[in-house]
Amino acid sequence: MEYVIIIISAIFISNVVLTQFLGICPFLGVSQKMSTAIGMGAAVVFVLTLATLVTYIVYYALLAPLHLQYLQTIAFILIIASLVQMVEIIIKKISQSLYQALGIYLPLITTNCAVLGVALLVIIKNYNLGESLVYAVSIGIGFGLALIIMAGLRERLEFSNLPKAFQGAPIALILAGILSLAFMGFTGII
Amino acid sequence: MSKKDSNLLNLVLTLFIIAALAAILLALVNKITSGPIADAQQQKEKDALQKVLPSFTDLKTIYIANIDGSDSLKVYEAISNGSVVGYAVNTYTMQGFNGRIEVMVGFDTTLTIINTEVINQAETPGLGDKITKPDFREQFKGKNPENFILKVKKDKGDVDAITASTITSRAFCDALDRAYRSLKAWKGGA
Amino acid sequence: MNQWQNFTKGILKENPVLVLVLGMCPALATTSSAINGLGMGLAFTFVLALSNVIISAVRKMVPNIIRIPIFIVIIATFVTIVDMVMHAYVPDLYKALGIFIPLIVVNCIVLGRAEAFASKNNILSSLVDGLGMGVGFTLLLTVLGSIREILGAGSIFGYKFIAPTADGILVFILAPGAFLTLAILMALNNLYKNKTSKTTKNS
Repeated sequence: MEYVIIIISAIFISNVVLTQFLGICPFLGVSQKMSTAIGMGAAVVFVLTLATLVTYIVYYALLAPLHLQYLQTIAFILIIASLVQMVEIIIKKISQSLYQALGIYLPLITTNCAVLGVALLVIIKNYNLGESLVYAVSIGIGFGLALIIMAGLRERLEFSNLPKAFQGAPIALILAGILSLAFMGFTGII
Repeated sequence: MSKKDSNLLNLVLTLFIIAALAAILLALVNKITSGPIADAQQQKEKDALQKVLPSFTDLKTIYIANIDGSDSLKVYEAISNGSVVGYAVNTYTMQGFNGRIEVMVGFDTTLTIINTEVINQAETPGLGDKITKPDFREQFKGKNPENFILKVKKDKGDVDAITASTITSRAFCDALDRAYRSLKAWKGGA
Repeated sequence: MNQWQNFTKGILKENPVLVLVLGMCPALATTSSAINGLGMGLAFTFVLALSNVIISAVRKMVPNIIRIPIFIVIIATFVTIVDMVMHAYVPDLYKALGIFIPLIVVNCIVLGRAEAFASKNNILSSLVDGLGMGVGFTLLLTVLGSIREILGAGSIFGYKFIAPTADGILVFILAPGAFLTLAILMALNNLYKNKTSKTTKNS
């Protein structure tokens, strides 16, 4: 499929959080402040792309030829968990400032369903390596975009008087619902 | 958590044992379930044949060359009282929004489409997966691709695409087109 | 705490979705109909209960350092089993749930209970804890799925009670509806919690 269509649909039309329901937990947890949103968004783009690259290669070079596709789930999640661990160690060694900005979000990303989800999706969609990577980066950008918009909205809400029952997760979900409704407007553009 | 010694041998041994047990268990379950999975797929094809072909007494399976690829397409020749009454082509497209879509198309002896049935797809629920609903596929009944261009109206064809699912609609047309041209080529030579 | 309390805490007091705010992704994605929510909940309960049991059984034999990868392998094994079994015996439900079956492995509830409970308690308690959380999760998903199906499609468990060609309020079976319905359920639960804690404070 054309790369442009992949990018546009991954970011706007099938937005990973607002339409595909992947990555909700970190989305709710890290979207209260703009600075954390940006940090998490960047970390997700990075891990998503790296994880997709490695799992793609392992699937086509190892699992498929040996007819071991049913080991996909185990293999993928172990790869993702180890990758994240390694990346955290490397970043800590290379740059303290980068670690401060990104590193602390990394352990959270292992259980971000978006990472495993995307790794599985590119196999289902039968993308080649290039398309898979473009897809992964675009999904990450879509995640970051949703996160940043959400953070902007929630920072404003901090000063409103919300009924006690709605404070915290409920109001975040309502915001997400309205955002999702807004993003539905994009479906007609391709 | 445990009182076990954390030396290297124990680490490697424990990991290995658990991983080995897991692999054996999974291989076992894989063996047990692959039968029913294959059966379910066969049943889907059988049901599709009933829907896309006129009544028949016999079915002959042939493989024809795929005009667009290097593989072959499975065709079911429907026979009633000794003469051929129709052909069902098990066709596919790789251009679906979410990968491969498999369609069973029934043609009569003049290569007019009798009916279509989607066998496998992974398109967007509520949008692309409308190809499985009869509404979209109604327009193909009784049409001969010789004078009914199998392209969406946007691409100067005769097909009404599903709203906001142009890509899926295009992919469906691609599958039908592949079936028609392959069957025509095979018949032309036969 | 006794086993009954252990079991029931997962249903409302510590309901994984409403209270602990975990497992949101499947709660939103698989509840477009009651049967999907129920199916997802049952698959999840199977994985949670069994991995809790196995993890509890091996807890004394696993060196602390590698416990997370071991948990992951155990959980992923049961997830894969559920995936294969559902594909073989309930293919329509399997298609409806899609990638959310393998995604059970990264469901924070499962890993969370393994770490917080199963690795520190005996097998029976871990089993009961898993079942309780699983039932709470399943109940919530089924309720959520039912509400969305009733409002969005005019049917319940596939049985349509409005005119056959009529549509419901479509937004409820689409993405925004999922967010909004869950938000309201959470808020209602918070209201209930605040009310009951107020009455216990006053008594």
